[in-house]
Amino acid sequence: MADRKNILDLYFLDARARLIDIAAYMDRVDRADGETDFRHDAFRKALKALDSGQPDRAEKVLQAFSDPTADPIPAATTKAACGAWPGADNA
Amino acid sequence: MRYIEPHGHMVSRTTDDYQAMAMAGCQAVCEPAFWAGFDRSSSQGFYDYFCQLTQHEPRRASMFGLPHYTWLCINPKESEDVALADEVLAIIPEFIDSPNVLGIGEIGLNKNSRNEMTVLEKHVDLAASRDQLILVHTPHLEDKHKGTRLILDVLKSDSRIRPERCIIDHVEEHTVKMVLDDGFWAGMTLYPETKCTANRAIDILEVYGNERIWMNSACDWGISVPLAVPRAAQEMKRRGNDSRFIDNVVYQNPIEFMSQSPRFIRPEGD
Repeated sequence: MADRKNILDLYFLDARARLIDIAAYMDRVDRADGETDFRHDAFRKALKALDSGQPDRAEKVLQAFSDPTADPIPAATTKAACGAWPGADNA
Repeated sequence: MRYIEPHGHMVSRTTDDYQAMAMAGCQAVCEPAFWAGFDRSSSQGFYDYFCQLTQHEPRRASMFGLPHYTWLCINPKESEDVALADEVLAIIPEFIDSPNVLGIGEIGLNKNSRNEMTVLEKHVDLAASRDQLILVHTPHLEDKHKGTRLILDVLKSDSRIRPERCIIDHVEEHTVKMVLDDGFWAGMTLYPETKCTANRAIDILEVYGNERIWMNSACDWGISVPLAVPRAAQEMKRRGNDSRFIDNVVYQNPIEFMSQSPRFIRPEGD
């Protein structure tokens, strides 16, 4: 089992920088004109997992962006993934 | 340090990459068939690609002292066209006995469509009927969790398929457990943004252990790092993982899985 202080020594500054980057990104989105979309909604939903206190935060963040349905879609109309599930009406 | 690159699309990389990998301790490269970044216009394009994978690329790798292995298929990104897929599946047997072919891959799903499922089932049938290893691509980003579940269901529904002969690649925190729990191998792809970072991959190893799991760079024509595996190994060392644990993940495990194919030759000195 890794020593907690060692983990902090190795990764705190990196995580701090990434957290500030996320805060700045959200400020950037808020400053911009126009509407947000499903990607931003999923992002805000994913943020809630960070404060859960549970040891599965990464999994929960990934789940927040994921297609929750079970059946294959009728046809693929694109090859690309955009990072967040657009919802059944827009998939 | 020694390592195996179990998933690299070397036809897209330069000789400088081969040189750097060899100097970093790479002992062998393994190249699943992949999408070219654009749709090939006919099955003839795949024929040429399979010639490249089985004849030309092994020669290029050998210039750097690296054994080159490959996997054959039509990639899920081109599986929406079932008629084209059928034509490609028909030419795979011509190449499947080539000395560097380890099995069928990377098959799987991309957008989780019905046609992709149909083509996946055809690939699984081809692999089962010829007793081939299987390397599976799981979908990207928002499609990964659902696609991984669908893929596992297809594999488990075919009684000829043995999970220990299939590797499910590109797992992340939300898919690794279901893959390992069902007895399959799991691959973690080290990408800067869209799959696992090195630190997340190491976290997964610390949580789930180092049995039936490997790391790869999946370096291709897109944003990817051919030296991602040795860099991750270096990070494991920095985090305090011992050398045997690291060697198991980056060297012994790929050998253990791929040695299930009689065509895989253990590196000299192993």
